[in-house]
Amino acid sequence: MTTPKTGGVSRRKFLVGMGAVAAGLKFAPGSVFAAEDKKLNFYNWDTYIGENTLGDFKSATGIDVTMDLFADNDELFAKFKGGNPGYDVIVPTNDFVERMITAGMLMPLDHGKIPNIENVDPTFRDAAFDPGRKYSLPYMWGTIGIGYRKSKADGVPDDWKWILDSDQYAGKIALMGDGTTMIQMAMKYLGYPLNESDPGRIREAEALLTKQKPNVKVFADDNGQDLLLSGEVDICMEWNGDILQIMEEDDDIGYVVPRQGGLLWQDCLCVPTGAPHPENAHAFINFILDAEAGAEIADFIQYATPNMAARKLLPAEYNSNPAIFPPQEVIERCEVATYNGTEYTRAVDEAWTRIMAA
Amino acid sequence: MESWRRNPLTFWVFALPPSLWLALFFLAPLALVWVMSFGEKVGLIDIVIAWRLDNYMRALDPLYLQIFLKSFWFAGLTTVFCLIVGFLVAIAITFAPPRRRPLLLMLVMLPFWTNLLIRTYALIAVFRTKGFVNDGLAVLWGGGSSLLQWAGLGDLQLLGAEFEPLQLLYNNFAVVAGLVYVHLPFMVLPLYAALDRMDRSFIEASLDLGAGHLRTFVSVVIPLAMPGIVSGVIITFVPALGSFLTPDLLGGTDSQMIANVIERQFKSANDWPFGAALSFLLMYVTFFAIALRALWAGRGRAGVRA
Repeated sequence: MTTPKTGGVSRRKFLVGMGAVAAGLKFAPGSVFAAEDKKLNFYNWDTYIGENTLGDFKSATGIDVTMDLFADNDELFAKFKGGNPGYDVIVPTNDFVERMITAGMLMPLDHGKIPNIENVDPTFRDAAFDPGRKYSLPYMWGTIGIGYRKSKADGVPDDWKWILDSDQYAGKIALMGDGTTMIQMAMKYLGYPLNESDPGRIREAEALLTKQKPNVKVFADDNGQDLLLSGEVDICMEWNGDILQIMEEDDDIGYVVPRQGGLLWQDCLCVPTGAPHPENAHAFINFILDAEAGAEIADFIQYATPNMAARKLLPAEYNSNPAIFPPQEVIERCEVATYNGTEYTRAVDEAWTRIMAA
Repeated sequence: MESWRRNPLTFWVFALPPSLWLALFFLAPLALVWVMSFGEKVGLIDIVIAWRLDNYMRALDPLYLQIFLKSFWFAGLTTVFCLIVGFLVAIAITFAPPRRRPLLLMLVMLPFWTNLLIRTYALIAVFRTKGFVNDGLAVLWGGGSSLLQWAGLGDLQLLGAEFEPLQLLYNNFAVVAGLVYVHLPFMVLPLYAALDRMDRSFIEASLDLGAGHLRTFVSVVIPLAMPGIVSGVIITFVPALGSFLTPDLLGGTDSQMIANVIERQFKSANDWPFGAALSFLLMYVTFFAIALRALWAGRGRAGVRA
């Protein structure tokens, strides 16, 4: 199910009910002994693949791809908690890759079957959340920062202060509705590590957000970019890709990663345990890491690709766009979210419940 | 009733499928959630059923009680508004010419043909700063303003220097308005059913015997419609209490309802046992409401017999 557009095309568009559609689908139980059917079940974010990618893959390999969409990592995780519902390739974000590895939900990848790993930027060939990239390969990466309306902003709001600790834009601020992300960004503003789990510091972040609440219009459910585009707010915390998509529609929109640094995320291609077509899954991942296929996807969805061969095929306006590839010194101050254990999850959820109830 | 006893086979042929359905898709999942509410999370995906009340104790923390209270408040307000508006609509349909009634009833049910999410997004387009309501008001303001200008009163700025859009979205007003909008059909249909069955001669008798319209409404129509009112209140209040989409999409920074907390337990907080306990606290309230309803029905029957 898709939602009516109030603005640009959003990747992490709110898709409650999507689960119901996906749950209604039936997957034929593939026999383990027979050669794999020419089929692949792909579970992806919305608007997160090239227009012709799936068709091109079919012409290249004869494999038919069925793509279902999920709205957020929590939905993905909840769906797999009771066992793989029949998917071959999924696209979790780094901290959920770590969670799913911990929970034994991912299948080790056979790198021998994915020669296009050669195309991946060397800095992405290893990751703290998946040492040796045994279970995941990078698909796209990006940042969380501040999207703003240039004509309403006082210069470039390159500080978390403007949305987390100031009444300069009172009533015109949209923050994110995800408690963990909010606490993590508050940590960056307070000068602590992104994944800080000290209870005292979580309380400090909670106090900061509670204090800022009267100035905040809404904790947006991943539609901050729509609110910004429609003039409902002038400044918001958002994923860079979401803001980029509305920047194409409106010249008055800008994006900046604050000077304190923000969150660096990486969505990964993984094969879940129990995938009915693991061979096809490897072929598909290899296809996506191909130069031309990768370039087509990145060109369409306008996210930063870790695929160096694909970047060579793309124009300068993509490769030198600071909203896609922020300046190196800012990236160095950004951090990757890690899976911080169940106690952290509970502490953050309780803090968020209190913030919302305050 | 007698014939069922004489033909047990016929009885079971008809009663078995729905009973199985009920057991399989209602009682079994519910039992699962109930058992889970006594469980404890171990690690990421495993749940151990410890038969402890920890989750319920945690749910009785003032933090959650306060959110429960707020949800009751929202659902109660929703029910009251639905009852007022729904009664007027139901009366209008009842007294409409019989030829028109099917059409009017269909108009009440028409929104069900569209998904709730789509309807909620449509409300956003109506309520937002540059939405239909504010655009309409802006046009009216422009008209009024130029009229005053023409009348030579322009300098007084009676309507303000410029149009101030109403803040209709992202606050508790939007949540209650959205809940009323969504739940209104649940109220109208049982009320209509009750009012339609009502014997009109009671109203005529009441008016003939000298009671005014208000007195007739309060002393005759409302008591006769009571079964419909009770059903309508219950099937409006219970789902409104468990809403999470509406506060999520229309609410502001302080519109959290208990179902939002429950949803988070099954998603980001990944604490299914606690989520199960919170849901069951809501379930107990629902059971209580239904028990009240049964009590009411029982009293009604006793009254008739007496």
